[in-house]
Amino acid sequence: MIGGLFIYNHKGEVLISRVYRDDIGRNAVDAFRVNVIHARQQVRSPVTNIARTSFFHIKRSNIWLAAVTKQNVNAAMVFEFLYKMCDVMTAYFGKISEENIKNNFVLIYELLDEILDFGYPQNSETGALKTFITQQGIKGQVRTKEEQSQITSQVTGQIGWRREGIKYRRNELFLDVLESVNLLMSPQGQVLSAHVSGRVVMKSYLSGMPECKFGMNDKIVIDKQGKGGTTDDSGKSGKQSIAIDDCTFHQCVRLSKFDSERSISFIPPDGEYELMRYRTTKDIILPFRVIPLVREVGRTKLEVKVVIKSNFKPSLLAQKIEVRIPTPLNTSGVQVICMKGKAKYKASENAIVWKIKRMAGMKESQISAEIELLPTNDKKKWARPPISMNFEVPFAPSGLKVRYLKVFESKLNYSDHDVIKWVRYIGRSGIYETRC
Amino acid sequence: MPAVSKGDGMRGLAVFISDIRNCKSKEAEIKRINKELANIRSKFKGDKALDGYSKKKYVCKLLFIFLLGHDIDFGHMEAVNLLSSNKYTEKQIGYLFISVLVNSNSELIRLINNAIKNDLSSRNPTFMCLALHCIANVGSREMAEAFAGEIPRILVAGDTMDSVKQSAALCLLRLYKTSPDLVLMGEWTSRVVHLLNDQHMGVVTAAISLITCLSQKNPDEFKTCVSLAVSRLSRIVSSASTDLQDYTYYFVPAPWLSCKLLRLLQCYPPPEDGAVKGRLVECLETILNKAQEPPKSKKVQHSNAKNAILFEAISLIIHYDSEPNLLVRACNQLGQFLQHRETNLRYLALESMCTLASSEFSHEAVKTHIETVINALKTERDVSVRQRAADLLYAMCDRSNAKQIVAEMLSYLETADYSIREEMVLKVAILAEKYAVDYSWYVDTILNLIRIAGDYVSEEVWYRVIQIVINRDDVQGYAAKTVFEALQAPACHENMVKVGGYILGEFGNLIAGDPRSSPLVQFNLLHSKFHLCSVPTRALLLSAYIKFINLFPETKSTIQEVLRSDSQIRNSDVELQQRAVEYLKLSSIASTDVLATVLEEMPPFPERESSILAKLKKKKGPGAVSVNELEEGKREGGELNGGGDRGGDSSAIAASNASTPSPSADLLGLRTGPPVTAAAPSAGSLLVDVFSEAGVNDDGFLRDLEPPTESSDSLLAEGPGDSDSAPPSVVSEDPAPPLPESNELLNKFVCKNNGVLFENQLLQIGIKSEYRQNLGRMYLFYGNKTSVQFINVQAKPVEPLIEGGAQVQQVINIECLTDFTEAPLLNIKFRYGGALQNLSLKLPVTINKFFQPTEMASHDFFQRWKQLSQPQQEAQKIFKANNAMDTEVLKAKLLGLGMALLENVDPNPENFVCAGVIQTKAQQVGSLLRLEPNAQAQMYRLTVRSSKDTVSKRLCELLAEQF
Repeated sequence: MIGGLFIYNHKGEVLISRVYRDDIGRNAVDAFRVNVIHARQQVRSPVTNIARTSFFHIKRSNIWLAAVTKQNVNAAMVFEFLYKMCDVMTAYFGKISEENIKNNFVLIYELLDEILDFGYPQNSETGALKTFITQQGIKGQVRTKEEQSQITSQVTGQIGWRREGIKYRRNELFLDVLESVNLLMSPQGQVLSAHVSGRVVMKSYLSGMPECKFGMNDKIVIDKQGKGGTTDDSGKSGKQSIAIDDCTFHQCVRLSKFDSERSISFIPPDGEYELMRYRTTKDIILPFRVIPLVREVGRTKLEVKVVIKSNFKPSLLAQKIEVRIPTPLNTSGVQVICMKGKAKYKASENAIVWKIKRMAGMKESQISAEIELLPTNDKKKWARPPISMNFEVPFAPSGLKVRYLKVFESKLNYSDHDVIKWVRYIGRSGIYETRC
Repeated sequence: MPAVSKGDGMRGLAVFISDIRNCKSKEAEIKRINKELANIRSKFKGDKALDGYSKKKYVCKLLFIFLLGHDIDFGHMEAVNLLSSNKYTEKQIGYLFISVLVNSNSELIRLINNAIKNDLSSRNPTFMCLALHCIANVGSREMAEAFAGEIPRILVAGDTMDSVKQSAALCLLRLYKTSPDLVLMGEWTSRVVHLLNDQHMGVVTAAISLITCLSQKNPDEFKTCVSLAVSRLSRIVSSASTDLQDYTYYFVPAPWLSCKLLRLLQCYPPPEDGAVKGRLVECLETILNKAQEPPKSKKVQHSNAKNAILFEAISLIIHYDSEPNLLVRACNQLGQFLQHRETNLRYLALESMCTLASSEFSHEAVKTHIETVINALKTERDVSVRQRAADLLYAMCDRSNAKQIVAEMLSYLETADYSIREEMVLKVAILAEKYAVDYSWYVDTILNLIRIAGDYVSEEVWYRVIQIVINRDDVQGYAAKTVFEALQAPACHENMVKVGGYILGEFGNLIAGDPRSSPLVQFNLLHSKFHLCSVPTRALLLSAYIKFINLFPETKSTIQEVLRSDSQIRNSDVELQQRAVEYLKLSSIASTDVLATVLEEMPPFPERESSILAKLKKKKGPGAVSVNELEEGKREGGELNGGGDRGGDSSAIAASNASTPSPSADLLGLRTGPPVTAAAPSAGSLLVDVFSEAGVNDDGFLRDLEPPTESSDSLLAEGPGDSDSAPPSVVSEDPAPPLPESNELLNKFVCKNNGVLFENQLLQIGIKSEYRQNLGRMYLFYGNKTSVQFINVQAKPVEPLIEGGAQVQQVINIECLTDFTEAPLLNIKFRYGGALQNLSLKLPVTINKFFQPTEMASHDFFQRWKQLSQPQQEAQKIFKANNAMDTEVLKAKLLGLGMALLENVDPNPENFVCAGVIQTKAQQVGSLLRLEPNAQAQMYRLTVRSSKDTVSKRLCELLAEQF
């Protein structure tokens, strides 16, 4: 189990240090700083073993979070906890920065006391935590004793993520499908690897203890239903269904039901939460195609031409498009010509960055650049790093579609039709690279 | 040197550096650097030429980036361009960049060399210096190749500025160190030496470093420097503190130069020229005198400089080792430092005294400080100083103060630092041994040592105690008593148990008279430690137990019980198990006489250098202990362990028992061979014990196994006649007729392989033989029972003579070609006194020796039996029993015959049935045997059937004699 948790700033100064177990000495704090943060060579492994002590670290902007243990723990669990910890902190005080951590250190210790007990992770649901760990301390005292006793039973009860007696005038529900698409493509346009990792994020403002049911075009479910239905229907829906490689759910989802019927039913927490995460690797719609053309003219010149093609419905608009073309390390000058958007040579990043605000589907755009090089002593050849791309499109590249989201609340008198539901798809680029 | 004016400060560089310092993260820093690099690249690429200032600035930035740990792969050209600038600052930055960044195989090296050449010949001293510094900083072989010829010229040229000369000397030193083969001094030698006379002290200081280095390689060429150095030294020493102006450091004239001069002199023996020597001695005296003067300043620098010279002078005095007066004075001076406030001084004083102690002139003087040193060992706060104190104590130890020093070191050991404990232990062990007059003191000391610092006592130390105890009769009893007492402590170190086990195993009898240490008490004491020990120690203890059985027969049953217990006899460690099994067998089978012989007290160990010294030498590396001290130790060790010559008979003993090699060293030197099958026929005679296979094997501990003297040849069934290709001698060549009793002798060996073949009042011949298939090997041992030499012994040529009481071994290899009836003859001739002795014996080689036992089931046997039913294949004999009809004895005899004894084959359980195949080179002869004893009539019926009639007959004849 987790023996302790440390938070450092970028210099390696300790901001938060909470030790849960006696087997972690005070020198563990320094050991991590010396061997990881101040290591001569950048430590790339998130797990470091120093003197029979394991350190699991993640980095948020300039802040290091490190969990430490002497035991043989489940590393995935520790990282899940660290990410959860980040979520909780973000929910409490926004961006995780040195400033914010310093300003909220009492709160952080309070949180750490609550979400880890003797190194065992406890309830880390933000909504539940916010009921008893409040930032505005004075306000909290208004609570009656009754309410306080309710907290205990609610937090330790079966449905720890939702308290009873929530009431909204307007029952509303927001559903976001957020996907990031990752790609590595050869210069000839061959897909070397591609996958989409997606999340379904929900924001619910529902009264009472509603029971929800979520449906999407999961291939297994569609096929099952298709067998029962007519044949032509199954052929049609089969085309639109997607194969999900793996998925994880929020704790509120009834896994037994998912295992048996593959239906996703749950009592939602109040507010914002992540319902599920999934990954697909087949039949991905690649929103953009990058066609690079790099020509070396002698030792001192390089000509680059890059064409991007958008590959989706013309009615949709992609946003925040950014193409990053790496330049050799001995670049001494760059001239860029582009038809659309703005392009600039960023010396500090050794790349030409081409930005386009928006671009409709089925369009094409082009940039050409002339790079002047300085002859060097080393005969090392330029490694030609891949051209990478960033964008945002209003559809799910995996092809996922929300089929329904039903809400049942038997005790209160509102039905599924009374709930206002919003669905939004956002496809973003993950690591979207084309070799040149 | 032109000062860097304010205007030359590079603002861009300062801004860049402060930007980087302000970066919050590594990423930000990298971004800033990338940006700057791109900027510099575009500037260098730019078409308009850069002015010197910006070039310098950018090269500077590149240098800074490089020093931050980033790769720089451009800008070299610009740096080289800077070299040709006329401005000092630009040239300086250019040289700096090149000495930091340019690797030797760069294409630019030619350009750089050219620029350096220009500067060297420029006559501008600053430029020359810059160039020289660059050469020295790069110091590569290429640089040496290009400039090794040039620099000596600059060094000795009359018109070279002093500062350039200094640089040139140091540059040359550097090149000499990297590639000595390229720097050829030759013609420059004398002129370089004369630099010692230079007016400028700086030049002398630089030159002396060069000369010291060069003279270490070719001392002869630079011999002349000694007198120059002495005169230079005397001038400095005698000068007033104000004479040397710039070179006076806190009232000490030229301390660095003085130290270097003294160090240079240490490369040479004392000057032969009396005048020079006198002057030098005068100098050294002055230095010693000055040390006594009150300090001219309270500043620490003053005393540091003064002491530096003093210590260097003392090293020189020690190096010369010829001026008793100076040595004693030096020693007294150091003695003062021993009590000085400064830890560093105390350290240095102890260190120098260590070397002083080895000089015969000052040894006594050093000894006077013993109290102080002991005090230092106890009270010093710094471990390194304590270490030095321990070293010094070791060095100053001799017979007179050994007891005190050893006692002090022992008492210190209890609190000593872990890092120096092992070394301390070794030192104590060596001193105790080296200066031991009273061996009980030695034993006490070492046992104490083991008690106090058991973990640090290496094998060698306790081996040595045992060697000494074994070799000295007078301490054995005392040692036994002491270890017995030491073992009584509730917690003993394992090394103590080892020593205890060994010594009690050998000499436990010496204290057995006391009821408090009766044999059983001793055994129980040892055995109580048994379970806490490691495997090698347990093995040693097992050996001690078997020795106990010999020493105290009354403990036999207890010990056998222990050996028989599952934890021993089924121990998972093969060594322990083997020992348990073998010792148990040995103790139950062998007679007391055999036991007594086998488990005899260990013979004294041969003399050799103390292994501890070797260990210390290894630990400290050469030089730490001076050679002549070591030799002394060896000599003393020799006196200590005097005596202990091994008799010649050891060779035979050693040879007879090269069996069961075991992985761990057998300390008791006691190892049984294969289980004893044949008890020695007639125990008592010393020679006989050779023949029992369980002999004393002494390849343990420290004895080398001496190669047995053996002469082997192949012999079989060839008549005795041709075995006499003897060297020309006066002896007649005819073999004597076989002895009448030789047939009976032969019969003795039908069922066994080892024993005494022949014995009369002069000679004993023993036999040990082994057979495998159709091959055999026989060892003949000729033992001279008299005290006179046998001359000209001839069997097959053995040793030309056999010493009185000695034994000679002969090996005979035997191959059975075909079946035979007559045994080969052995013809022995030797001279005893004046008389020629002639003996002819039958070698106990009979056909049954080549039996290969064959196991077979009942019906197989009878089937074969029926197959061999032709009358000539069977031989039968009915005869009367010669001996009592004991079933066990019969079984043993039949087994000794070499055939397989088949149980449950014959319907009558009284009968014996055997089967075997005789292996000869020509053929294999299967044989079956049936022996039917009739107890009432005391008669036997023996039936032998084999595929060859002669074999059946012969076997029948042979066997009939046996029962």
